[in-house]
Amino acid sequence: MSQGHTSTFKNPVVKWIDSRLPIFTMMHHEYNEYPMPRNVNYLWAFGAIAAVMLIIMIATGLVLAMQYAANTAIAFDSVERIMRDVNYGWLLRYLHANGASMFFIAVYIHIFRGLYYGSYKAPREILWILGVVIFLAMMGTAFMGYVLPWGQMSFWGATVITNLFSAFPIVGDPIVTWLWGGFSVDNPTLNRFFALHFLLPFVILALVILHTAALHICGSNNPLGIDAKGPQDTVPFNPYVTVKDLFAVVCFLILYAAFVFFMPNYMGHPDNYIPANPLVTPAHIVPEWYFLPFYAILRAIPDKLGGVLAMFGAIAVLFVLPWLDTSKVRSCKFRPIYRQFFWVLAIDALVLGYAGAMPAEGIWLLIARIGTTYYFFHFLILLPLLGKLERPLPLPASISEPVLKGGGHVAAGATAKPMEKA
Amino acid sequence: MAQTTHPSGTGAPTAPGGEGTSRRDFLYLATGAVGAVGVAAAAWPFVDSMNPAADTLALASIEVDLAPVAEGQSITVTWRGKPIFVRHRTAKEIDEAKAVNTAELRDPQKDEVRVQKPEWLVLIGICTHLGCVPLGQKPTDPRGDFDGWFCPCHGSHYDSSGRIRKGPAPLNLAVPPYAFLNDSRIKLG
Amino acid sequence: MRALKTVILSAALALGIGGTALASGGVHIPAQDWPHAGVFGTIDKQAAQRGFQVYKEICSTCHSMHLVPIRTLAGIGLTPDQIKDIAAGYEMTDGPNDAGEMFQRPGVPADRFPSPFPNNNAARAANGGALPPDLSLIAKARVGGEDYLYAFLTGFEDPPADVTLMPGMNYNKYFPGHQVGMPNILMPDGVTYADGTKATVEQMAHDVSTFLTFVAEPHLDARKQMGVKVILFLIVFAGLMYATKRQLWSGLH
Repeated sequence: MSQGHTSTFKNPVVKWIDSRLPIFTMMHHEYNEYPMPRNVNYLWAFGAIAAVMLIIMIATGLVLAMQYAANTAIAFDSVERIMRDVNYGWLLRYLHANGASMFFIAVYIHIFRGLYYGSYKAPREILWILGVVIFLAMMGTAFMGYVLPWGQMSFWGATVITNLFSAFPIVGDPIVTWLWGGFSVDNPTLNRFFALHFLLPFVILALVILHTAALHICGSNNPLGIDAKGPQDTVPFNPYVTVKDLFAVVCFLILYAAFVFFMPNYMGHPDNYIPANPLVTPAHIVPEWYFLPFYAILRAIPDKLGGVLAMFGAIAVLFVLPWLDTSKVRSCKFRPIYRQFFWVLAIDALVLGYAGAMPAEGIWLLIARIGTTYYFFHFLILLPLLGKLERPLPLPASISEPVLKGGGHVAAGATAKPMEKA
Repeated sequence: MAQTTHPSGTGAPTAPGGEGTSRRDFLYLATGAVGAVGVAAAAWPFVDSMNPAADTLALASIEVDLAPVAEGQSITVTWRGKPIFVRHRTAKEIDEAKAVNTAELRDPQKDEVRVQKPEWLVLIGICTHLGCVPLGQKPTDPRGDFDGWFCPCHGSHYDSSGRIRKGPAPLNLAVPPYAFLNDSRIKLG
Repeated sequence: MRALKTVILSAALALGIGGTALASGGVHIPAQDWPHAGVFGTIDKQAAQRGFQVYKEICSTCHSMHLVPIRTLAGIGLTPDQIKDIAAGYEMTDGPNDAGEMFQRPGVPADRFPSPFPNNNAARAANGGALPPDLSLIAKARVGGEDYLYAFLTGFEDPPADVTLMPGMNYNKYFPGHQVGMPNILMPDGVTYADGTKATVEQMAHDVSTFLTFVAEPHLDARKQMGVKVILFLIVFAGLMYATKRQLWSGLH
């Protein structure tokens, strides 16, 4: 064949397809021989874990959507029909509801791993930004999904969150009316939320593909934060990293199963088993745990518009993080001062989360304000300054150097050897 | 991608062949097999969730009270989403149905095998041609040429035993599974 | 890096605990011993059957349970014939008939439990303005679950001297705010149990809480049994994956 892709696959069917649409070559390139730094630790598995969670969410969501009815009159009952009558409906719904939390756990670990090892720095800025976009899309999807069972928390969560937009002057109220499709959260709102909740996961999937494409152009970061110098620093993705990631996925599934089968409502709120009532607000409106730090930031600001802007700003700083951090050194391993502040940020996020679950008054309001101040201080002031002031530790010459502890030889099979397609 | 890197073919400094290799191959095989079983088992709830749910199955058998149906009258009840024709046949209709020479029928069936009690005919009211609902339940409906039912879609005529006599339908109207609980009550399904 | 993981995971759990403790409104709800608690616990079917009797004879005069089909009772060990009889004991409104009118017929197992009032407004009107909540999900819709139900049902007492009850209200030490429209309804021997169990207030509260836990989650037992199998499977699979991973990576060093 003079034109088309020159395929080196042996199987005639695979070769025939591959020379017309080189999907097998692409898969081989991206998932078989993709060189992975050999020193990555298990924190690097959380990307794969998050991807598995996305697939589980789409699969369970699809079959749930076949049974769910997006109408305020019957939405709550249709969810209960899933729980009581549909074959394995209880399992699928608990998988989906707890899966959202597990997805966020995986993604938060993935994000903090990126923060610790400087995975957002050049040349991985777009990779990082795509990740933040995925995070935003996940938040939107999770929020709208939580509305669908049409319980009390669904309704009041939807009311409170959509009302955030009313903080904007002039355009605020028309935007909120438009979001609702009426003058309150009602049937049109539920319908559009269902449509969007169905659509967005596929948008996330597309973003994940872009995220992976960007990753495979730059290559994976690693705990040392230095670039792989050659085959001695890497292993082929398959089978080494696939098996390692799968082991981590199975361990994560054990935790997931523990929630689904033995405490399926632990991360939910009892009020959501009460049908939505537009006339009665629950005593404490608490968002799902994964929104709590942002909720705390929202409530920490005593001004409506200011709170909304601060909350959106908390995510916006993540977009410009690659340019806020002026240090050339990626990994916290070699940044003795910043490493301390990383843990302060991690604790700050937890404290904010805890404050978000508490009533916005007294000591908790003060704590939320201190936490919010630190959050922005960390990103906007500390990171730019520290990059210039901090003296990083000496970097190793290559990944294989500390691995081999200065001596020995590289085992013959260790290298990412050239593709053996023969 | 089978011909690319096989796990056991990559970087194994231990001696090829021998006990180490077979134990290793067994480990890989066992892991793969357990994983495959897990995926298959996990797939079943997804498939089964699309089968009829408990609320649907709970209505899969219903009881019908025949007492209000006078001789010569018919009622239509819904069972599993389908119309069920219940006709309290007159003596004339029973005689007509019994008199037919089954050898001449497209779908030969004696009237006796289509009823449990001669005066009660119970049928799934769906034309065996293309699934329309035949006419003949109401007194004002056309009953076709054989005193039974007439399908308006493509002109199939059924007799007073619900057998196909004329028109394109290939088979008699089906008899649903039912049982008499007492003289005036049947259980469908 | 295990530290990072542990911190974040435990934080996720801690946040959940925080939310729960908060919502209980500061009143400590004593935990009871439930046979259905724990990994291997299953619903005590005898207690649930007694609890159904309490629901039927006492609770259902004011409370609906409209999400629960009568056939659900198969899960507490009642036979199809018993369920059929129970269902036939209820009058269901059906219709409209050929004359365009609603009519009454005996219930069938596929029916849901009938509600004592035709709508919420009628329920309020009959109960001094307070709406008796639907019981279908009550065990999952209250912080504390069945522990709260038991505490609530046994928690009626005379108000402390410094509390002035509003008209028509009753004092309950576990109800959030303590003033509740529902009166103390469980009296000793309020029902006569078929199995001869003495119907003390505690016994009835225990039984009906067990029953309400069951109706809120009819697949509770199946869920836990499947969970044990799934987690055992995953542990074995994780062990195999780990061995495979070790075997593979051992060739690297």
